[in-house]
Amino acid sequence: MDQYVIGVIVSNVSGVLSRVSGMFTRRGFNIDSLTVGETESSGFSRITIAFHGDEDIKERILQQLQKLHDVREVEVLDKHDTVIRDLLLIKVRNKPEIRQDIMTAVEIFRSKIVDYSPTSLTCELTGETAKIDAFIELLKPYGIMEMCRTGIVAIERGENCLKTVK
Amino acid sequence: MKISGAKIVVETLIEQGCDTVFGYPGGQVINLFDELYLCRDRITHILTAHEQGAAHAADGYARATGKVGVVIATSGPGATNLVTGIATAHLDSVPIVAITGNVPCELIGRDSFQEVDIVGVTMPITKHNFIVKDINELADTLRMAFKIAKSGRPGPVLVDIPKDVQKALCEYEPNKQPVIPYPLIFADEEKLRQAAELINEAERPYIYFGGGIINGKASSALMAFADKTDAVMGCSLMGISAVPSDNPRLLGMQGMHGHYASSVAQDEADLVITLGARFSDRATGNKSRYAKNFRIIHIDIDGAELNKNIPANLAIRGDINDALQRLTALVDEKKHPAWSERIAELRQEEQKRIESAAEITRKNNNYSDDTLTPYSIIDIISSHAGDSTIVTDVGQHQMWTAQRYPFTKPRTFLSSGGLGTMGFGMGAAIGAAAATGRRSVLFTGDGSFGMNLNELATAVSQGTPLVTVIMNNGVLGMVRQWQTLFFDRHYSNTTLDRRTDFVKLAEAFGAKGIRVSTASELEKAASEAFADGGTYVIDCTVNSDEFVLPMLPPGGSIDDIITEIK
Repeated sequence: MDQYVIGVIVSNVSGVLSRVSGMFTRRGFNIDSLTVGETESSGFSRITIAFHGDEDIKERILQQLQKLHDVREVEVLDKHDTVIRDLLLIKVRNKPEIRQDIMTAVEIFRSKIVDYSPTSLTCELTGETAKIDAFIELLKPYGIMEMCRTGIVAIERGENCLKTVK
Repeated sequence: MKISGAKIVVETLIEQGCDTVFGYPGGQVINLFDELYLCRDRITHILTAHEQGAAHAADGYARATGKVGVVIATSGPGATNLVTGIATAHLDSVPIVAITGNVPCELIGRDSFQEVDIVGVTMPITKHNFIVKDINELADTLRMAFKIAKSGRPGPVLVDIPKDVQKALCEYEPNKQPVIPYPLIFADEEKLRQAAELINEAERPYIYFGGGIINGKASSALMAFADKTDAVMGCSLMGISAVPSDNPRLLGMQGMHGHYASSVAQDEADLVITLGARFSDRATGNKSRYAKNFRIIHIDIDGAELNKNIPANLAIRGDINDALQRLTALVDEKKHPAWSERIAELRQEEQKRIESAAEITRKNNNYSDDTLTPYSIIDIISSHAGDSTIVTDVGQHQMWTAQRYPFTKPRTFLSSGGLGTMGFGMGAAIGAAAATGRRSVLFTGDGSFGMNLNELATAVSQGTPLVTVIMNNGVLGMVRQWQTLFFDRHYSNTTLDRRTDFVKLAEAFGAKGIRVSTASELEKAASEAFADGGTYVIDCTVNSDEFVLPMLPPGGSIDDIITEIK
């Protein structure tokens, strides 16, 4: 099964996220990641959904999404021609004996320390899913206190755009 | 001039061409009902006994006419009582607009008295739904609800209106005309050409059509197409009445309880042309064993139905009437003598098997010539029913009616197909009669009848011309049939053992009732019932070991078809 990433432009109205996520639940499709946020026009939001499935499941998801009244535009993003980003905030113990190792990892991964306390430090990392996964793996042995990820956002390279107005 | 939200609702309904609404008042729709009272000479409200009956009535109104049916209920339990009716309409693509009251905006989310998140509850069973919190958006939201309900593949839309919005005042500008649906989508010409090629190559074409033919007003186009291609036709439950039953090309319903000839012909076809149908599991049986030997062309207005249940060799999205007309122009005129011969054989075989199965039942149960059987009931009633709208509930009686009743016009067979809602019929029959002015005939069973018989009160108070024919076998026959076949005759909770006297019950409601147990008694009762313009209940005694045949066992295929049970 492949992973697909789709961009969905929806009317910025109450309940729209329930409608979109509810369609996935009701029809038994699994979501790997779902993010939602503002777009260039105030009347619309953009939802980025990643899911695993075959061609058949992908087509069914697209068709079902297009049927939703609040959905304006749906597009499968070509992963080879799309910038895909996930953001991680991860908090680890701040102990002298591991501090240098963490700093090295932060530097190599082009992460940033965004909070530093005597007992903890929090790193921010942006990148593709695989890079984030690798960074988490690296920090695991040092003891992760907590972490959160945004899920992916994605935008096509070049001229291609998901239009809010048809 | 500023008018209240409640008045805006009523004015917008009238503006949208709505002459009759069904509903039940309550605390959060008092304002709305006050406006209905004031406008009672312009719009009729039919009060039902229960909100579920009102929802089915709006559904029956819509199915019988193609117009949008409207149902109104109060918040909380009023709204949740609509749920089965809305889901029924959703699964069968019926355009209804459900209007619910809700608690005032400031009380929403606080578990107020009779508060329920009906928009949340009905999200998966509506085409779309709205809650209107700003009176300035009320009229346009209602218009949009009508537009969505009747566009493309029709379906139900719910509009939830908090009480303070009904009370608030706002400028209202009436529209001159009802909203027009979204533009139709037309089939791609190249794909139609490909379809024509497949059809021209076919030697054994079979058309499998569904309710889309009725919704798409494509009956004539379908028959012309079938004539030119010399194809035979079978249909889903929802397709029944789209083509007159006596059409020589029509083999009848296929699928789980479809006609033998129809199901076998489909299996032997080399091309199945699927029109406005969705390959329900009841129509296909085991998906992995379906369509082994034939190619499929699938045309539907809803793109999401294409390749959803059964992958098609050629899937075309578009308005069915337009697609069929253009396709008919593209295909060659054909004759398939060998196929026609085979079809004639299958029809004979079907007749033989029907007679053989009937003979077994007759012997096993010591029937006389005058004993009522499901088919004899339908035959006697149909000889009296004229242009009545035929409505069913759900169960054995529904399948028998679907198999046997001779239909002549679209929208004269109303039945809950997708959801299979027992208790659908009484409300739907009242709604259909209110919409058409014609009589409704409800075929029901003692199980289904028990579910919403309270609506007899509505029928009587409305003076609804309604003949209810109960096939009373004292059991929940369809489940019992499964228990007979697949559960070692463990009749768990399907033997009703009720002491209900349906004749007295009919009389208690103010209707007329009669019990019959022979064909000659039914003949006499039917004459009286159909001469009477009012509400009539005929309680027909039927043997509890009458089976619906043929039957493709669940998860089975055509090879497993059962045509008699010894």
